[in-house]
Order: sequence, then structure tokens, then C-alpha cells
Amino acid sequence: MTLDRNAIAARIAQDIPEGWFVNLGIGIPELVADHIGQKEVVFHSENGILGMGPAAQGDAVDWTMINAGKKPITALPGASYFDSAFSFSIVRGRHLDLCVLGAYQVAENGDIANWSRDMDDPLPAIGGAMDLAAGAQRIYVLMTHVEKSGAPRLLERCTYPLTGAGVVSRIYTDMAVIEVTPDGFRVMEMAPGITREALQAASGATLRFADTVAELQDLTA
Amino acid sequence: MLDRRCDRLEQALDGIGSGARLMISGFGEAGRPNMLIKGLIDRGVTDLDLISNNAGEGETGLAALIRAGMVRRLTCSFPRGALAQVVEHFVRHRGLELDVMPQGTLAERLRAGGAGIPAFYTATGYGTIYADGKETREFDGRGYVMETAITADFALVKAHRADRWGNLTYLNLARNFSPLMAMAGKRTIVEADEILELGAIAPEEVVTPGIFTDVLVRTVDVPDADWPRYDLETGARK
Repeated sequence: MTLDRNAIAARIAQDIPEGWFVNLGIGIPELVADHIGQKEVVFHSENGILGMGPAAQGDAVDWTMINAGKKPITALPGASYFDSAFSFSIVRGRHLDLCVLGAYQVAENGDIANWSRDMDDPLPAIGGAMDLAAGAQRIYVLMTHVEKSGAPRLLERCTYPLTGAGVVSRIYTDMAVIEVTPDGFRVMEMAPGITREALQAASGATLRFADTVAELQDLTA
Repeated sequence: MLDRRCDRLEQALDGIGSGARLMISGFGEAGRPNMLIKGLIDRGVTDLDLISNNAGEGETGLAALIRAGMVRRLTCSFPRGALAQVVEHFVRHRGLELDVMPQGTLAERLRAGGAGIPAFYTATGYGTIYADGKETREFDGRGYVMETAITADFALVKAHRADRWGNLTYLNLARNFSPLMAMAGKRTIVEADEILELGAIAPEEVVTPGIFTDVLVRTVDVPDADWPRYDLETGARK
């Protein structure tokens, strides 16, 4: 059994303590916010807000209120706005406790590739990803364990251009929770019904296993 | 009397010619000075060396400037999104040059440009192909990339409230790159939703002090139908 993207997001949300300042990457990582519940976690968006609230709907849509993915958002009581240099000073100054990013690939040395699948991209689009990868205190990755083609995303070395070198500390996939250690990937949790052999076969680098590998729970079930 | 106000858009944009290096504020469509962009299109300038975080969306605003073929080089962080196909077409067939960098690097290079700092080091991009060919250096065991300041001949900026000295505030998340570009532009041209009496903006509310504003025009919304449309293949105006 594997987890769907909402369940992976819920599992990450479980590991975010109250009081953290967090940036969620564009796309699937944004789902993490839906599972924070009553915990006071302050969300940052690169275009200049701390205290970002849920998506804006209907009459509440205001095009001066958007997130990094350019979708309409709301601001919570206590929110603050600032310019782009200030916003990236928050990132680069290492003030964020966590950034959750999606990724194409993660390597056993903590390298992450998430902005391009092509070394000669005619339209490279970096956005804020490299700043977040280099600047946040912790980088957690949310991704499916393998690509749609079945190709592994956990590798000895990334083959796509890097977003950041040696920055990922934890990976949450539909099959497992994995820590990136000085000795490479270490599996902390595995989804029920998945064997160590199957997980290794779905990975492109050698996996080590924690002394006790816990069951990866579907918290949305 | 110190008065930055200007009634005529054409006069406000005076001096911007073909080949000018200019910055346009905004993140997505928030904080985009669309009236000034429309004025720029009407001036018919070409070969613009443009600095803007994105490439625009749809057929209006910044996207119209790109579609009009007026931009020779685009310095940005994220040329994808709604206009990706158009930008790719211009890169492949119309000679558009892209200079893409991390968004925080773009923002800080603009800040440095406005602050008289010629260069700085940042950890962003270290160890990636983005740092290839750049000067790098270690501080306290961590690798950093050297980046240089960005300035431009002109900055086109969108503000919310202004006074005749050119003091500015911004609405919500429409602030983004505006304060940085206002500082980094040699001549900063501002459009504002409201122009108020001097003193109507409390000093602690001012985000960009008037020292950075050269010309101030009140925003008049550009109706959708007023934006020129262009054929992507031929570049001809429809």
C-alpha cells in the first residue's frame, strides 16, 4: 500500500511543531498547510508575506493577494508584508525553520534537483527554489518514491541540474520516510505491505534501515 | 515647490528610447504598472533591455510588451508560467535573450544597485550550474557565489498611495520588487492609485521615501480592449 499526496502532506504536517516559520514550495507541498490543524505555524511566501492564510475564494479574491504560485490567498491576523529583498533576507538569513520542497531527484549526499530536467533548458525557470534550498534551516522533500516511468528519484547522484547541494535532511514519499545522513539514506518509516527489498528496488542508491523501522501511517484514513 | 506630479503619461515617459535598460515592478500581475507599460508600447520603442521578475500573463500588460517584440533581453527569475510558450517562441525565433537567476539573487542585486554596493556573496546557487563561471569564495567553511549589483536607466513602478514629494505606499503583496526598483532606477517613474495631499501619508507608513521618485502619474486603468494584440508567428499587429 502506498500513500496518496494528501497523506504524505499530512505525515509531514505531523512533524512540524507549533511556532515554526515555514515556507511551502509551489504545488504539492502547499497541501501540508491543510493538515496543520490547530497548531500555530507561520507560513512564509516568497513574494512578501509572513502569516499567509488559506486560499481565497469567491468575493475574497484580490489580485494583490497571491502566493508564490500566483494563486489568490488570504492573510491571517498577525500577518506582515515586506518587499522581495526583505523576503529573501528572511530566507537567506536562515530565519525559516523549514522549507518543504517537491523534487525530481534527491541524492544520498542531500543534493536536490527540482527546477529543470534539462541541462540545456531553453527556458530555465529558477524562481525562489535555489534561495529556499540554500537558506532554510531544514529542507524536507515531498515526492513520489519513483517517477511515472518507474525510474527511481532517490539516487547516488542527481542527473538533473541541482537546485541545492547537500541541503536535504528528510524525504517523505508515498512509500517511506527517509533521513539523509552522512552515511546516506536511512529509512525511518515504511508504508504497510512494502518490503525492504521492494523499497530498495525502487531506489537508485543503497538504503540503510533504522534499528526500528516504524509503520508509515496514513493519517488521513 | 517640490512636486513630482505629472498630468501627461507621454511626458512622464519622456526620454525612454529604443535600447533603454529599464526595470518593471511586479510579481505575477501584483504590482504591475500597466498604464506605464501601455504608454511604453504606444511610444513604439524597441530593443528594450528589460528587468522584471516574470514575463507576464495573457495578452495585456507586460505580456503585451513581450508579444509586441519590443524586448531584446529579459532579466528575470521565472520566465515560465502562463506565457511560457510565447517566451519560448521569442527565444527560439525572434532573438529574445534571457538572463535567468534565482529570485533572491535578482532582488538582492537590485537592492545592492540602489544601495551603492557593487557586489556581494550569497550561498544561493553554490554547487549548481548557475554558479558555473562565477567567482566563488568560502567564508567559515561555507561556499558562496559573488553577485554584482543591477541598476537601470529607468524604473517603472506601481504604488498604491503617493504624495507630491513622491512618498509611496503599496497595497498588500503588490509591494514585492517596487521599493527595490525605485531605488535602483536612475529615473524612477511611478504610477499610483491615489495622489494625496502632502502629510496625508503618515511618516511611519511611507515605504518608499520620495527621494527615489522622479515622476508621479495617477493610475488610469487600461481597458482590456485597448491593449494591442499581435500575431505570434508574424509579429504583426492584429
